[in-house]
Amino acid sequence: MSVATPLPHDAARLHVTGDARYIDDIPMPRDCLHLAFGLSTVAHGEVTALDLEAVRSAPGVVAVLTADDLPFDCDVSPSNHDEPLLATGHVHYVGQPVFLVVATSHRAARVAARKGAITYAEKPALLTLEAALEVDSRFEDGPRIWARGDAPAAIQSAPRKLSGTFEIGGQEHFYLESQAALALPQEDGGMHVQSSTQHPTEIQHKVAHAIGQPMHSVRVETRRMGGGFGGKESQGNALAVACAVAARRTGKACKMRYDRDDDMVITGKRHAFRVSYEVGFDEDGQILGVDFTHLVNCGWAMDLSLPVADRAMLHADNAYWLENFRVTSHRLKTNLQSATAYRGFGGPQGMVGIERVMDHVAHDLGIDPVELRRRNYYLPPDAPGEAGDGGRVTPYGMEVSDFELGGITDQLLETSGYAARKAEIADWNAEQDVLRRGIGFSPVKFGISFTLTHLNQAGALVHVYQDGSIHLNHGGTEMGQGLFQKVAQVAASRFGVDMATVKITATDTAKVPNTSATAASSGSDLNGMAVKAACDTIRDRMAEHLALEHQVKPTDVVFADGRVEVAGEELSFAEAAARCYLGRVSLSATGFYKTPSLEWDRITGTGRPFFYFAYGAAVTEVVVDRLTGEYRILRADLLHDAGASLNPALDIGQVEGAYVQGAGWLTTEELVWDDKGGLRTHAPSTYKIPACSDAPDVFNVALWDGQNREDTIYRSKAVGEPPFMLGISAYLALSDAVGAFGDGRFPALDAPATSEEVWRAIQRVRGEA
Amino acid sequence: MTLTFLLNGEEIRVEGSAPTTTLLDFLRETRGLTGTKEGCNEGDCGACTVMVRDGRGARSLNACILFLPQLQGKSVTTVEGLAAPDGTLHPVQDAMITHHGSQCGFCTPGFVMSMATAHTNGDTNHADQLAGNLCRCTGYAPILRAAKACEDEPVPPHLTPEPFIFSKILRGEVADRGAEPPQSKAVAQHPTSSDALAAAYLAQPDATLVAGATDVGLWVTKSLRDLDPVIFLEGCADLKTLTETETGFDVGAMVDMNCLRDVLQPHYPSFAEMLRRFASQQVRNAATLGGNIANGSPIGDSPPPLIALGATLTLRKGETRRELPLEDYFIAYGKQDRAPGEFVERIHIPKQAGPLQVYKLSKRFDQDISAVLGAFNITVEDGTVTAARIAFGGMAATPKRAIHVEQALTGKPWSETTIAAAKAAFAQDFTPMSDMRASADYRLGTAENMLERAFADLAGHVQSVLEVRL
Repeated sequence: MSVATPLPHDAARLHVTGDARYIDDIPMPRDCLHLAFGLSTVAHGEVTALDLEAVRSAPGVVAVLTADDLPFDCDVSPSNHDEPLLATGHVHYVGQPVFLVVATSHRAARVAARKGAITYAEKPALLTLEAALEVDSRFEDGPRIWARGDAPAAIQSAPRKLSGTFEIGGQEHFYLESQAALALPQEDGGMHVQSSTQHPTEIQHKVAHAIGQPMHSVRVETRRMGGGFGGKESQGNALAVACAVAARRTGKACKMRYDRDDDMVITGKRHAFRVSYEVGFDEDGQILGVDFTHLVNCGWAMDLSLPVADRAMLHADNAYWLENFRVTSHRLKTNLQSATAYRGFGGPQGMVGIERVMDHVAHDLGIDPVELRRRNYYLPPDAPGEAGDGGRVTPYGMEVSDFELGGITDQLLETSGYAARKAEIADWNAEQDVLRRGIGFSPVKFGISFTLTHLNQAGALVHVYQDGSIHLNHGGTEMGQGLFQKVAQVAASRFGVDMATVKITATDTAKVPNTSATAASSGSDLNGMAVKAACDTIRDRMAEHLALEHQVKPTDVVFADGRVEVAGEELSFAEAAARCYLGRVSLSATGFYKTPSLEWDRITGTGRPFFYFAYGAAVTEVVVDRLTGEYRILRADLLHDAGASLNPALDIGQVEGAYVQGAGWLTTEELVWDDKGGLRTHAPSTYKIPACSDAPDVFNVALWDGQNREDTIYRSKAVGEPPFMLGISAYLALSDAVGAFGDGRFPALDAPATSEEVWRAIQRVRGEA
Repeated sequence: MTLTFLLNGEEIRVEGSAPTTTLLDFLRETRGLTGTKEGCNEGDCGACTVMVRDGRGARSLNACILFLPQLQGKSVTTVEGLAAPDGTLHPVQDAMITHHGSQCGFCTPGFVMSMATAHTNGDTNHADQLAGNLCRCTGYAPILRAAKACEDEPVPPHLTPEPFIFSKILRGEVADRGAEPPQSKAVAQHPTSSDALAAAYLAQPDATLVAGATDVGLWVTKSLRDLDPVIFLEGCADLKTLTETETGFDVGAMVDMNCLRDVLQPHYPSFAEMLRRFASQQVRNAATLGGNIANGSPIGDSPPPLIALGATLTLRKGETRRELPLEDYFIAYGKQDRAPGEFVERIHIPKQAGPLQVYKLSKRFDQDISAVLGAFNITVEDGTVTAARIAFGGMAATPKRAIHVEQALTGKPWSETTIAAAKAAFAQDFTPMSDMRASADYRLGTAENMLERAFADLAGHVQSVLEVRL
């Protein structure tokens, strides 16, 4: 069996030799033109004059387009029809595309794009949550509120209460390959688009609309992305549509790739949140009631903000049974980049909220934070009692029937030496002047499925050729996560062949239609199952034919080790394929899968939005310097539940990488806008993702030895997003270290906890600020 | 002029290209070598890293801010040329596969080129070697494992040093096989000595001088400027000399930051430790001391420690030279004491018996521009401060001495009381600004605290988070 083996990424050899092709590496069609956007320089205003003469006369410029020149309503929003490709009279953020330059080279387009003279009548810009809240600038009519029990009353009558408010900053995806697309006009008005996208079908849909063609006239292909992380779920629409429109107009191939600074200025990022909480609890640390308010900075357009904010609410309980619970979510509309999907999709923000509450309560009671958490965990599956009992139902009414965190926590505390280290840290701290170490623990329970239920479907197309080679295609996209390899392992396993027999091919809307974005960690769950179905269809046909030839039952035909055994005869898989071909057996099949059991009402916030939960836990230790607030992550121990892993090496890669990215979000990755709404951190020189030395010195990563209790592909679990939230432990560890400088109060610490923020927090706990 | 260099072992001759054509654009657009990636186009992500070899050995450099004329007579290896001619992968390539060091793969060519360069040179301080390569997928752990795993593998024969191109050029064996980038009328000069440079610059005082191009490169890639005329300093061999004497270091303006660091390490370890965190390996391999000073940035990392040491410059215009204390070179933001046609020729760094403490504060430890950089040169005799030279970057419009702090220390007992009193003087010396790197309060507060750190460090207390190991 190919599944469960730690094979390298399918393109590893291509990566290390530089042979792996990304959009900008595709040999350019003849006379290919290059595109760049001219951008708004104000955060909110009306365009009163647009003088593009200097742009048109710049060297190499072939065409300059404004909204008036667009053939159709070129909306590029994935949700709400509120994102015109080019500004239509109004601009809503600094960096909004206003005009499009088509030129003979990338540089010529960029040079010309800066020559536009745009005159604005500026309007007041909403740049902060307060400003938006004050004028009720929001998506949806009012806040979304989901509740169970009576949180305010429970808090009111609780023996102890606490409250708090903190900020959680956004996050730039910083995929290493910036957004890119290449469109090649076809002979009959159609368009072939190659796009760095997580969502080829969406690109197909938006391009078809923009050029006034049915979807069948547009073919979108994606072999790989140089990173996605959610940033290429909807943000590639603008480039692909621009390329298609320009290609149609000029009759030539058109390519667009954002310069890094443009990419960061134009595209959306993770939603920034302000989380406020009130919590009531008893002396034993049992949470009696908790009431959260989320202020969500959605930016100027709706994009995916509603489901993102929903998912934050759905993870505000994280791992804890909260009998009386309320969460109020304000989706605020501001004049900033439109916040978008980012690994975790709101889940991380919701989870940081309850994890801070847990640390706050533990601190208040002087109970160990891990012990406090355990007392509030959901019940394990083997606990006595009935389904639907208190302790095993989420605030939104979903049964938690697979709660693995008890065992995961036990094992992690043991392997990380948590208790002994905690004591040792306290001793060490007592000896220090300017340094303190801190330790943090955080668990993850992350719901797997798109909350928009209809997206939980996938298709596959598999061909077996008469030489026994297998062509594999499905709707998932490869952005580095190893999806293609994991799914190929499934295909190889179904046919009992080696991996070299299976050819992985680019995602292509002409092969598998109506696909969902590769998002929500769903890639291998959905596409693995669809591929399994396609393979099994072909395999069953082959078995039936061979069985008939040998006068045995189809179930007696065995596919294993590259051989097919039937009634004592052993054929190579190639021979079997050839024989089936001669027997006129169809060796091509589609496969389809839809996730079962889902039922969700997002208005009332009740139902079963998720098929299952993925779990994990982390212990992180840091050291902090009070003179400057500088800190380092000294050690991280991660234990993560990938079910019965399809590929443990790739899954561990996801866990390690997600942790560092999650820790980066809450530490050094600070987005700074100026008071005019201009993003000041628009390049790696100013926006600091973790570098090599920021990875923990000691980094122990392991997979939980378990399997999915639900019937997923080989009982594996989704792994793309859940481990991102293990990084929360780094933030909690910093808070712990900051507290160790203080007079006993619970540290107020916003995220990202940059050195500066840590320095301020230390001053606050020392009563100096 | 005709540029000649080796590209993956093949002689390349380029004529008439724009002098500011970057190696990255040349590779990708002219040569179709798309393995080398553009991640940021400003030298901060390392996706475009290539290996460049010349008489001094192998260096990793960022191709995105490397102009073709800087490659004259050198040998460039890109990811396409890393495997042996028979296709055998380089040990770092093998190790990256074995250890699952790539996910999306876009940063990978840059990583393997940094790793291969370090491997060629026998450098095993992997996190430092790779500080200039960003990866968003892996969290670096498997990459570090890969780098470690192939430390003991031999350098493949095709990458062992050889006096490759110089002799071939001399023998006239260099053939023109390359396609050529677009023709350009821009004027570029390539003096081969400081004398020639002085004459050329005097004749063309409006020319842009290009040393390592780690700053000027961004004028082209980000500000989209067309530079014309340009004078490349790469060929000025006498500007690359560094002489150590009894009393100090005489450093040519074209000495790069890694060379400087190696030389200063024994004498000023704290300065050298700061230089370890100066940008990244690729940038330090290109960036020159002269450039870091001459560009006049208020956040350049070398001026504060040099000012604290009392370094002086030799400025040269034509045949006229003058000496200037470094601190006097910086007049105001964007304004230096340098006449048209005048250039920084050499830097003189005095030696002293006492230590120099240098502290770099940035949002991220590696490959980041300082929020505050403090340099403390404090002489204590018999418990009393007899001299103090303290200079900061990031605290004013120029690198600047903390005169009031120095005064508050000098003649006083070297004690916590003195330190506390001296802290109050910082506000007299500096009114820092707030920006995306740090707020004014934080800058001022941490600058004050750096004095506290210097006091403790000189007393021998370990208190840097970088020194804590479990």
